[in-house]
Amino acid sequence: MMSAAVGKWLDIGPTSQIAPGTARTLPVAGADEIAVFHTMRGEFYALVNKCPHKQGPLSQGIVHGDTVSCPLHNWRISLRTGEAQGDDKGCTPTIDLKVDGGRIYLLREAVIPPVKAA
Amino acid sequence: MNAQTGFEGAVGMTEKLVVIGNGMAGCRAVEEILARDPGRYSVTIFGAEPRVNYNRIMLSPVLAGEKTFDEIVINDQAWYDDNAITLIGGDPVENIDRDAKLVRTRSGHEEPYDKLLIATGSDPFIIPIPGNDLAGVVTFRDLDDVDKMLAAAEQGGDAVVIGGGLLGLEAAHGLSLRGMKVTVVHLMPTLMERQLDEAAGYLLRQELESRGQTILTGANTRVIHGVEGKVVGIELEDGTKVKADIVVMAAGIRPATALAKQAGLECERGIIVDDHMVTSDPDILAVGECVQHRGLCYGLVAPLWDMCRTLAGHLTDAPAGYEGSVTSTKLKVSGIDLFSAGDFSGGDGCEDIVMRDAARGVYKRIVLKENRLIGAVLYGDTADGNWYFDLLKKEEDISDIREGLIFGQAFASGGALADPNQAVAALSDDAEICGCNGVSKRQVVACIDAGSHSVDAVRSTCKASASCGSCTNLVESLLAITLGDGAVESGPATMCKCTSFTHDDVRRLILEKELKLIPQVMQELHWTTPDGCSSCRPALNYYLLCAWPGEYQDDEKSRFVNERLHANIQKDGTYSVVPRMWGGLTTPNELRAIADAAEKYGARTLKVTGGQRLDLFGIRKEDLPSIWADLNAAGMVSGHAYGKALRTVKTCVGSEWCRFGTQDSTGLGVRIEKMTWGSYMPHKFKIAVSGCPRNCAEATIKDFGIICVDSGYELHIGGNGGIKVRATDLLCKVETEEEAIEVCTGFIQLYREDAHYLERTAPWLERKGLDWIKAQLFDDPKRIGRLTARFRLSQKYWQVDPWANRAGGAHKDLHSHLAEVRPLSLENA
Ligand code: SRM
Ligand SMILES: Cc1cc2nc3c(=O)[nH]c(=O)nc-3n(C[C@H](O)[C@H](O)[C@H](O)COP(=O)(O)OP(=O)(O)OC[C@H]3O[C@@H](n4cnc5c(N)ncnc54)[C@H](O)[C@@H]3O)c2cc1C
Ligand code: SF4
Ligand code: FES
Repeated sequence: MMSAAVGKWLDIGPTSQIAPGTARTLPVAGADEIAVFHTMRGEFYALVNKCPHKQGPLSQGIVHGDTVSCPLHNWRISLRTGEAQGDDKGCTPTIDLKVDGGRIYLLREAVIPPVKAA
Repeated sequence: MNAQTGFEGAVGMTEKLVVIGNGMAGCRAVEEILARDPGRYSVTIFGAEPRVNYNRIMLSPVLAGEKTFDEIVINDQAWYDDNAITLIGGDPVENIDRDAKLVRTRSGHEEPYDKLLIATGSDPFIIPIPGNDLAGVVTFRDLDDVDKMLAAAEQGGDAVVIGGGLLGLEAAHGLSLRGMKVTVVHLMPTLMERQLDEAAGYLLRQELESRGQTILTGANTRVIHGVEGKVVGIELEDGTKVKADIVVMAAGIRPATALAKQAGLECERGIIVDDHMVTSDPDILAVGECVQHRGLCYGLVAPLWDMCRTLAGHLTDAPAGYEGSVTSTKLKVSGIDLFSAGDFSGGDGCEDIVMRDAARGVYKRIVLKENRLIGAVLYGDTADGNWYFDLLKKEEDISDIREGLIFGQAFASGGALADPNQAVAALSDDAEICGCNGVSKRQVVACIDAGSHSVDAVRSTCKASASCGSCTNLVESLLAITLGDGAVESGPATMCKCTSFTHDDVRRLILEKELKLIPQVMQELHWTTPDGCSSCRPALNYYLLCAWPGEYQDDEKSRFVNERLHANIQKDGTYSVVPRMWGGLTTPNELRAIADAAEKYGARTLKVTGGQRLDLFGIRKEDLPSIWADLNAAGMVSGHAYGKALRTVKTCVGSEWCRFGTQDSTGLGVRIEKMTWGSYMPHKFKIAVSGCPRNCAEATIKDFGIICVDSGYELHIGGNGGIKVRATDLLCKVETEEEAIEVCTGFIQLYREDAHYLERTAPWLERKGLDWIKAQLFDDPKRIGRLTARFRLSQKYWQVDPWANRAGGAHKDLHSHLAEVRPLSLENA
């Protein structure tokens, strides 16, 4: 359960939680799970954890450069834009992310789906 | 230094400018204003430090003993006097009263302003751990800190530097030159990870270690220990303890915003300024490390100079907006040449050009996007750093010089020489092409003329580019010049697009050059990408663990998900779990445990596999460690159904029950599985033992198959039941179980050491030939013993149940979520 105060950015914890070259997941109740990546070059990215091909969990792929190879059928997805690389066509939504003071923040409105009328 | 008498007479006529911060930005801003309009303001500068303005970045050379304080002063007292600037040093401003438009210092001094400039710089980040306030814990920001370090170094002993960034490494270097034994503790796996990629970080680390520093990466400091209020050492999260007489905190900086925040100015990470360096109060400006401009905070001086020019323009009515800065970094450690600039994280539409020269310890990488240079990392040879930085800042189109760009300015702008082929053609016949093997251009050309028409043919004939590969492009050019572009033959496929070497070359060179880490292989063998790709990384990981059992540390991030999570990923992102059933045998107890686990973890399908065991489907990654703990408790271990590893040993019921059985095929299968499980292979490896030639265990479509007969055991190899069915070839016939096991082990190790990654035994056998395999195993009677000994050695380290490890808590982060978002309850809270 997140405890961050309501603001534009959602604090999802320290950068040290994700080793370079790996990704971790962030389930969102009522919306798609998010995968947060840390590349070997030290950049952080967040994407919906679904491959545009057949919904493979991108968080489980091999990260190289600024792409991840999907664990199911090896499509290569850009972590920056979510676009499939090479001849494959498709795009995974990305989520705005910033790193500040050693902590990772996601753009709240991109993470949290609009509240449905009760 | 204390309050100076100001130029009181001018007050009232001229506007009053008060500057908080007598540092690099504050004073430079005043210099820029004076240069534009000397009489415009009467200036008062407050400094927390009791001294004149000096060049902070040169504190590193002062610590290292290469400079004295006097040599790094930028503006001495005469400058303040000559320009009628009042310097109030050693008395920090504690309060800004925006309504009364005045500032108040610690000693109670009040100073009114018309315009206020905040240039308070940064505060060192003190990591919040126990012991961070002990005597002997210092930061590295000002001259007082340097004095503390020098005092400690005089006593000798051990120093720990927390933080392997620019600042930390310069502190470590200085203390080490001053005779201390230095350990650098860095949270991230790569030193200076914000400026360097993994490859350059690796070279830097090697160099520092060779100078006697101890570098601990991926190291999280948990506590600083002290005795009687004084530091004695640190302890890491993993329990490692390091002795320390002094601890330098160089874990980062935070813009010094306290004063601005307290005055109610808009701040985020830094004090927010617009393009004219104006804060949310039009009469208050800010420059330097304390500001945040267009979302960015800077920690280097170059941007400050731009900011100060903009600010001076604004204050003297000649506004010129500031658009942000591109920065470059150098490390001020003597003998280490390192340069990094721009954005080198790569990405869409970006192209990497990498050049590595292992012999000289050089690594260069430039990143291009849409024909423009956007980033550069140079290690070992930084002569072209400024040239690249210039191209980068000017955003020049580099299409015309692209071919020669990585070779540097001299080469790329050399007109005709910009075409590498022409440059090579221009070399003299005696010019050395391959430094490793001492091959001249004349020799290479002779070798090509004699019929070697591919890089590979040249390599195997005259040895040019056969060792480190750094001259591969020269050899390619010579082929093109000598034969004409069309006639160059492509050699055997290289491992992947990241290298010009084949799998065989890489395996051979790993042993010859004793390469023991993935980044080391990439550097020494001139990988053309900074961190490989999803095809070479798993291969290198396997080759290294096969070559150096016991020494090599498995690199999880270079493994496919199945081998990382020790389960098979399914189309819905859940996993399947297959416990080992030795030789296809099971017990009521095991079956009960499997049934219980299936219910407890909601396995939606429970299936008998084609490999004689049970598969539980639909397990969530979070539940894997606990289901494994349950299966472990009933005596079961991982079946490696997910691994490029020994999979199953299928057996038939054999002589114990079957009326045709000739030998104990079940018993032999179990024995073999107990011996071989856990071993990683180039690809998956399956074994079967059938009790008679009726072959109920389908041994003749396995990688290694045994058919028991009355007189002994027929040993078969290279079968495959998969995509392309291939029946085995008969390798030999032996009389005893012991011999069968010996040949099986020898064959497995030969395959492990020779095959290419992802090459199963069937294609491997067809490539090498049955005769070659027989010759390897049987020509020299001692050979097989050596192979089996190496296999056993490897098993000593690798025959461990990965499930037990995970069940015991290893790699928890692979199985757990980062956090969980439950938006509705949050929003409604
Ligand atoms: C579970 C199982 C099917 C079953 O329900 O029986 C199975 C399932 C898969 N097989 Fe298989 N194979 C299974 C026995 C076989 C067999 C039969 C055998 O081992 O006797 C074969 C043919 C024999 C052989 O390997 O030569 C077989 C030939 C393949 C192949 C083709 C290999 C080839 O060299 O052509 C693949 C694809 C690959 O490995 O690249 C494959 C790949 C797969 C993968 C791993 C596909 C994948 O990458 O996800 C499937 C994983 C499912 C999972 O999550 O468990 N599976 N697969 C069997 C597990 C056996 C075990 O206990 O470990
Ligand atoms: C050891 C070291 C090595 C470095 N090496 C490099 C390098 O190689 N290249 C590079 O580009 N950069 C380097 N830097 C960074 C560079 O020094 C800074 O970017 C630069 O000094 C920032 O200038 P500034 O004016 O914003 O802050 P500072 O130079 O820190 O000046 C801020 C001043 O404000 C004073 N102050 C703070 N609060 C108050 C207050 N309330 N009242 C009065 N005064 C106050 C401080 O005492 C300080 O003197 C290095 C820094 C250090 C410490
Ligand atoms: S045969 Fe195909 S579908 Fe069936 S388990 Fe094997 S890989 Fe999957
Ligand atoms: S689901 Fe990702 S490649 Fe198929």
